[in-house]
Amino acid sequence: MPLRLEARPQYSRPMLYATPVLAVVLTIITGAILFSAIGYNGPGAMYEIFFKPILDSYRWQDLGVKAAPLIIIAIGLAAGFRANVWNIGAEGQYVFGALAGTGVALATYEMTGWWILPLMCIVGAIGGAAYAVIPAFLRTRLGVNEILTSLMLTYAAIQLLFYLMNGPWKDPEGFGFPQSRTFTDYQILPTVIDGTVVHLGVPLAFLIAIAAWIVLSRTLFGYQISVVGLAPAAARHGGFDANRTVWHCFLISGALAGLAGIFEASGAFNQMVPQFPTNYGFTAIIVAFLGRLHPIGIILAGLILAVSYVGGEGAQTSMGLPAAGAWIVQAMMLFYLLAVDILVRYRIKFKSQIAGGAA
Amino acid sequence: MSEQAARLELSGITKAFPGVLANDHVSFAVQPGEIHALLGENGAGKSTLVKMIYGVLKPDAGEIRWDGQTVHTENPKAARALGIGMVFQHFSLFEAMTVLENIALGMDTALTRQALENRVREVLDTYGLILDPHRHVHTLSVGERQRIEIVRALLQEPRLLIMDEPTSVLTPQEVDKLFETLRQLAQEGCSILYISHKLHEIQALCDTATILRGGKVVGDCDPKVETAKSMAEMMIGANLKSVEKKERGAAGPVRFAVKDLAAPADGPFGTALQHISFEVHAGEIFGIAGVAGNGQNELLEALAGEVTAGGTNMVSLDGEPIGNDLTGARRAKGLCSVPEERNGHGAVPDFSLAANTVLTARQRMGLVSSGFIHFGASTEFADKVIQDFNVKATGSEAAASSLSGGNLQKFIMGREILQKPDVLVVSQPTWGVDAGAAAAIHQALLDLAAEGSALVVISQDLDELLAICDEIAVINEGHLSRTLRVGEVSIDEIGLLMGGIHGAPKEVSHAA
Amino acid sequence: MSPEILIAIIMTVIGASTPILIAALGELVVEKSGVLNLGIEGMMLVGAIAAFAVTLTTGSHWLGVIAGIVAAMAASMIFAVLTLSLMSNQVATGLALTIFGIGLSSLIGEGYVGKTVPVFGSFFPAGLAEHPVLKLIFGHSPLVYVSVALTIAIAWFLKHSRAGLILRAVGESDHAAHSIGYPVIRVRYMAVAFGGALAGVAGAYFSLVLVPLWTEGLTAGRGWIALALVVFSSWKPWRLFLGAYLFGLVMTMELHFKAAGVTLVASEFLAALPYLATIAVLAIISWRGQEKVNAPACLGKPFRETT
Repeated sequence: MPLRLEARPQYSRPMLYATPVLAVVLTIITGAILFSAIGYNGPGAMYEIFFKPILDSYRWQDLGVKAAPLIIIAIGLAAGFRANVWNIGAEGQYVFGALAGTGVALATYEMTGWWILPLMCIVGAIGGAAYAVIPAFLRTRLGVNEILTSLMLTYAAIQLLFYLMNGPWKDPEGFGFPQSRTFTDYQILPTVIDGTVVHLGVPLAFLIAIAAWIVLSRTLFGYQISVVGLAPAAARHGGFDANRTVWHCFLISGALAGLAGIFEASGAFNQMVPQFPTNYGFTAIIVAFLGRLHPIGIILAGLILAVSYVGGEGAQTSMGLPAAGAWIVQAMMLFYLLAVDILVRYRIKFKSQIAGGAA
Repeated sequence: MSEQAARLELSGITKAFPGVLANDHVSFAVQPGEIHALLGENGAGKSTLVKMIYGVLKPDAGEIRWDGQTVHTENPKAARALGIGMVFQHFSLFEAMTVLENIALGMDTALTRQALENRVREVLDTYGLILDPHRHVHTLSVGERQRIEIVRALLQEPRLLIMDEPTSVLTPQEVDKLFETLRQLAQEGCSILYISHKLHEIQALCDTATILRGGKVVGDCDPKVETAKSMAEMMIGANLKSVEKKERGAAGPVRFAVKDLAAPADGPFGTALQHISFEVHAGEIFGIAGVAGNGQNELLEALAGEVTAGGTNMVSLDGEPIGNDLTGARRAKGLCSVPEERNGHGAVPDFSLAANTVLTARQRMGLVSSGFIHFGASTEFADKVIQDFNVKATGSEAAASSLSGGNLQKFIMGREILQKPDVLVVSQPTWGVDAGAAAAIHQALLDLAAEGSALVVISQDLDELLAICDEIAVINEGHLSRTLRVGEVSIDEIGLLMGGIHGAPKEVSHAA
Repeated sequence: MSPEILIAIIMTVIGASTPILIAALGELVVEKSGVLNLGIEGMMLVGAIAAFAVTLTTGSHWLGVIAGIVAAMAASMIFAVLTLSLMSNQVATGLALTIFGIGLSSLIGEGYVGKTVPVFGSFFPAGLAEHPVLKLIFGHSPLVYVSVALTIAIAWFLKHSRAGLILRAVGESDHAAHSIGYPVIRVRYMAVAFGGALAGVAGAYFSLVLVPLWTEGLTAGRGWIALALVVFSSWKPWRLFLGAYLFGLVMTMELHFKAAGVTLVASEFLAALPYLATIAVLAIISWRGQEKVNAPACLGKPFRETT
């Protein structure tokens, strides 16, 4: 083997920032080759997916709207991943939170008042957190692996959505379509820029990320999350309760996923429909990793993933590339990030360079 | 077998790791039937060297000759095929498997279960060793585990047996038994390469010694002729500063008391604690001796507050019961601790030294207020630890994982000692630390005691405990012996306590 | 309940159980070597589409199964290179593999949506295979018999073979296995490849036997149930076998209720039942606390050989 890996004494900071960029570049190259291989215009598709949405200023509003839920969910997941809490069921908490908020909307259907929308958001966040209580309880009390439980609950949440849409919550004036009533003006997130689709959830997503940055980097709470994840025994030695940290992480990530859910239902869909689950909860996992579990990185990663969503839709209409094309690109980004991650901890050396044995 | 050529001859063996030259042109020879010591302190490069002989690592340069022929041991299998057997310092055993399965994994020829068992029993008989082939490893004592490794090596009928620090985990009586086995082997013509830093053992057992320091051979000698002092000087390279035990007056009041403490086993392979009682007076150092795996980890955790005791009165500090407090609360009240494992327990490897001060010094040194961390204060405190304890690091921003074991240990000890705790509980304070750093740590502990703190030192190194402690007790299978005054107790007596009060065979107590 | 209905229920349960049994057997071997591959769902889908496409073009079911194996093994190798050679996080990599597999199978399957292949049914003569009672024994796809044979073979392999002993040793303590000379990384590569192969067979079962009509994401989260099954089994092949049939019964509950005309509970609840039952089972198993003792000690931990 001509190459070998040599452990760095300390993590490389430049590599920490360079590797996500490298991952995106490698994805673009591989994607072009892969799509060409299965009969599409590969370079064209990559242009559509990665560059068109950025160059076309009319699509920027879509980027913001798509990025907002990804960023909000990914912030919560990142806190958990830092602490080795693998909440993979954000999609379920996203749906459940949106349903809880929709419940408020349907109950206040005939009411008016400024308080309705905040109440929907609060109940949405509580709903997401409540759904995350189940895996948190099972892990801390019984030691059940949270990956499987949180994921299974996603499937259950989606069935609950179908049930509500087909039955109790079906719009009585909806010609039998399985969907809820349309929200009223008091229940819809206002747009912040006139003439665009950019709703209040978009600036809030950025604010949440900045708040999370401060909490994670400057407070004892953020310190505790990192210690529990990096060295559980040291956390115990330092007097941090691992189980309590697991609870905190689940409640935070569940609440944020629920909040993202009700933002999306209220701000983007303006009602609840069976097509509501769009895998944001899963894509946010990619966002969290691509953003290096760092809130500012997550903002950038959320925007990149939003680009791939918007670009994927563009490629669908302009060149007939199936929606799955964008998923593959997203998965490849994560693959490449995980692959090039090794450069942060190791450097690549040619064997002959060290064979002499100098210190 | 050629009698002229050496069984094993190394010439110019060199091996570098990032940042350190572990072996630098090492050359020596081992003759047939010879018990050859490889002597050196921690970090001298002994383990790296034998791993290359056994094919686990590959040398960067140099030559290994076996019976006069140049060989390249690509992997341990090739080494075993030559006739090289090895007993590792950290055993290469599989806890959840049986003794027989463990032995089968060490064999290169597949035998039927029955045939293998017969051969194992044969070897056990020949060397008078006791071991049940069907027991699961996690139920065995450390001495029994070592026997598995030895049997595994002997079944290959080795012509060179490498023993890496074999006695660090054994009671004095078990050591005697091991030496008998090794002498019997040598008489049968097997060469033995015996790695240790314990001088009296080498004098008792070995025919020749090669001394390694900083990765280089610094001398060969006949240990039967040399004095322990002359070998120690070759090993350490400088005159060792001996620790200063200040003369102390009458014992102060009881500062730390443990009464009938019990704690469950830490995981399926741990040991539960029962009826642990002792008291430590102001200005005293209380030592807890014992062979590894007898409940030391559980004891450190129970004393430090990583787990709460069964009742609040089980542990008390200056008369105040603290048994129900966790580490954070105990620290605030004056009890600090240092666990055995540095990386990942005493410190977070990926964090900087400054960030690592927040882990245990935040309450006593005021590093956090209203939830926010004071990075300035933590950096300042880390700098002070680095300076006062002579920690070799690039600064307080260096990651804990970038420090050598000894320097990280100095940092962790310094972090706790500079908090001026009323009670300090430490486990294995000098494990894997070079002699100079060990002496500095011992001195710091003695100085802290002299200021009126009460100290508890848990260690497997009996010499260390005898050097710094006022009183000693022995932990065995989760029970603590009566308290013994240092200076009024013999090594033999402690050894018997380490092996179970009456030296009863382990099998009886494990039968549950 | 009439015997005909009972027999029909048994046949559907066997049908639903077989793919999760096969995939879970593969994962059991992977986990025994100390590796946690969460990408079963993705590998199954890649295997399913490959098997479907090749069967549709060649008309040969067996060629389809082989294509499924090859494709899923290739997918598992992405995981292996990342986690074993580049030491990436196994959880994240497994998830990426699942997302990738879902995407790749839908992209390739784009042109196959709605197309059908003949069912990969029993190879026994119709007199036996379609006999109202004897079909219980003779009326299954060849892959059902394969799944039983695999259970026996893997149980024997782990308990009695030397290679199985080495596999367990690598999963129990990678450092110890390395120091006595076993190639930890190579063993794990082989285990992951084997897990990939079986996920491919399971995927082929979905697209050739269970629903021989291509639909996107036809495995519907069964890969995750297979993962839960491994935990349920405490890493023991025969308990895994029993568990697979138990889960198969729960998974087909919706059908049985429909067939029996029971409308007491919403069909959405029955559709969610397998997932809820899985959570309940995991909770009960963990509560009894024996799972931890049996879990391979190195599960999910990266290992680097120093030379």
